[in-house]
Amino acid sequence: MIRAAGLNKYFHRGSVNEVHSIRDLSIDIDQGDFITIIGSNGAGKSTFLSCLAGTHALDAGTIAVGGTDVTRWPEHRRARFIGRVFQDPLMGTCAGGSIAQNMALALRRGQRRGLSRGVKPADRELFRERLKVLGLGLEDRLQDRAGLLSGGQRQALTMVMATLVRPELLLLDEHTAALDPKTAAQILALTENIVTAGGLTTLMVTHNMQQALALGNRLIMMHRGRIIFDVRGQEKAALTVEDLLQKFHGQEDAEISDRMLLG
Amino acid sequence: MNLYALLGALEQGFLYGIMALGVYLTFRILDFPDLTVDGSLPLGASVSAVTITAGHSPYLALALATAAGFAAGAVTALLNTKLKILHLLASILTMISLYSINIRIMGGPNVALLGTPSVLTDLEGLGLPLFQVTPVFFLLVAAAVTAALIWFLHTEYGQAMLATGDNRQMITALGVNTDNVIIFGVGLSNALVAFSGALIAQNQGAADVNMGVGTIVAGLASVILGETICGKATIARACIAVIVGSVAYRTAIALALGLDLGGFSFTPSDLNLITAFLVIIALSLPMLKRRFAR
Repeated sequence: MIRAAGLNKYFHRGSVNEVHSIRDLSIDIDQGDFITIIGSNGAGKSTFLSCLAGTHALDAGTIAVGGTDVTRWPEHRRARFIGRVFQDPLMGTCAGGSIAQNMALALRRGQRRGLSRGVKPADRELFRERLKVLGLGLEDRLQDRAGLLSGGQRQALTMVMATLVRPELLLLDEHTAALDPKTAAQILALTENIVTAGGLTTLMVTHNMQQALALGNRLIMMHRGRIIFDVRGQEKAALTVEDLLQKFHGQEDAEISDRMLLG
Repeated sequence: MNLYALLGALEQGFLYGIMALGVYLTFRILDFPDLTVDGSLPLGASVSAVTITAGHSPYLALALATAAGFAAGAVTALLNTKLKILHLLASILTMISLYSINIRIMGGPNVALLGTPSVLTDLEGLGLPLFQVTPVFFLLVAAAVTAALIWFLHTEYGQAMLATGDNRQMITALGVNTDNVIIFGVGLSNALVAFSGALIAQNQGAADVNMGVGTIVAGLASVILGETICGKATIARACIAVIVGSVAYRTAIALALGLDLGGFSFTPSDLNLITAFLVIIALSLPMLKRRFAR
């Protein structure tokens, strides 16, 4: 289980540009939870993921994974239990390295890297097997540079790499947002396959409410750095896009009245 | 150009080629423009010279010089990664510090190595003229260093180093402490440069605090020239290209110095200007090509 308690994150703290991005956010993520996260721009969804991954240091709060407090662990150390796919398809792979080299890097996630061969011949079979599932023909292109692949192919490769070593937690940060609708649908189907087949604990940020409803067993809505809505199981399955829109608008109405009161 | 000058250019090409491999490692692999080399080349030379004049083996001198170069590079990388000083500025700070340090090491601006043993002393027993043997010897040394670097860049750690220069966010997310990789990489680069400086000092029989001026520019010229001649499709090819580029660069310079244009001729002090022009042209060529292609 992953327990985040009392998270707070500021940007530009103490300056006129201060942003209180995450406010007293607490959540318990159960083993095997597949959580979709929605919320308007600036709600703190991506920041929340970055705080879990260790990219951003917290201003307050603790994060524990399976009972181990990792709050002070740097990003590279947390990588041993976190797999990540970024919004930008170019972010997840090394353009200059071959597909095999990229996968070999991912295969060592969380382990010491020594002076043995980077790409071991014995691992190629595993790479082929994992790439075959994608149905993109990448298994026959192990020597091709990742930079030669299309955005969708690179995102699919990143998805495979992030889960090559089973992650305790998989973080997907709007990983289909930069793709065309057809490719996005393919990557989404791939995501569902990989996550459900492995029973992976997953957090997926999305702007697409349809996606948020279709995937996962739990849904959270964020607004202004807080979780304002958290449903799971049957209750989530019964939700519709209209329900979510209503929640969104409810928030905006509340804001307007706040502003009117203050004005 | 006579045979003697050609062999001299080859010898210089191999010797400085080891330095250029160091520049390749930072400039191309780590994407870390590093001017420390202008200080670590004379650092290697001075450590080597002082070790030999103190009566120790010239091989020990090489080892100590290499270690000193590693330390110098590590300092630059620490300034950058831990104190968040811009890489270029961090390397300039180390470079100017090394000027003072090198004079301290040598107890003066230079040390002559006349009649002292060097790594070439053992070659005299072969019975061949030294000016023919030394280029071959330095070719073998450069080849060994190149092979070792190619091997290293294919190891797990070497691959992580390539990834650090290519996509730091990605390799961090895969569990690599990129600060450590950069410290080791810039250290290794300057170790190569200092090793090269130590060999140069032993070969020319002197170490001088000013022998490092323009090292980075000469290194860049070799790297870029090599890429143009040999290409950089694979790591192995790119590494070998650096040595080829270095030889081409030294040959071009020997030719330029031998030119006599009706009363005007280049002097060795013109080298930096010529090299700078060469690097500017080589660096801007891809951009200019694109502009004129449109």
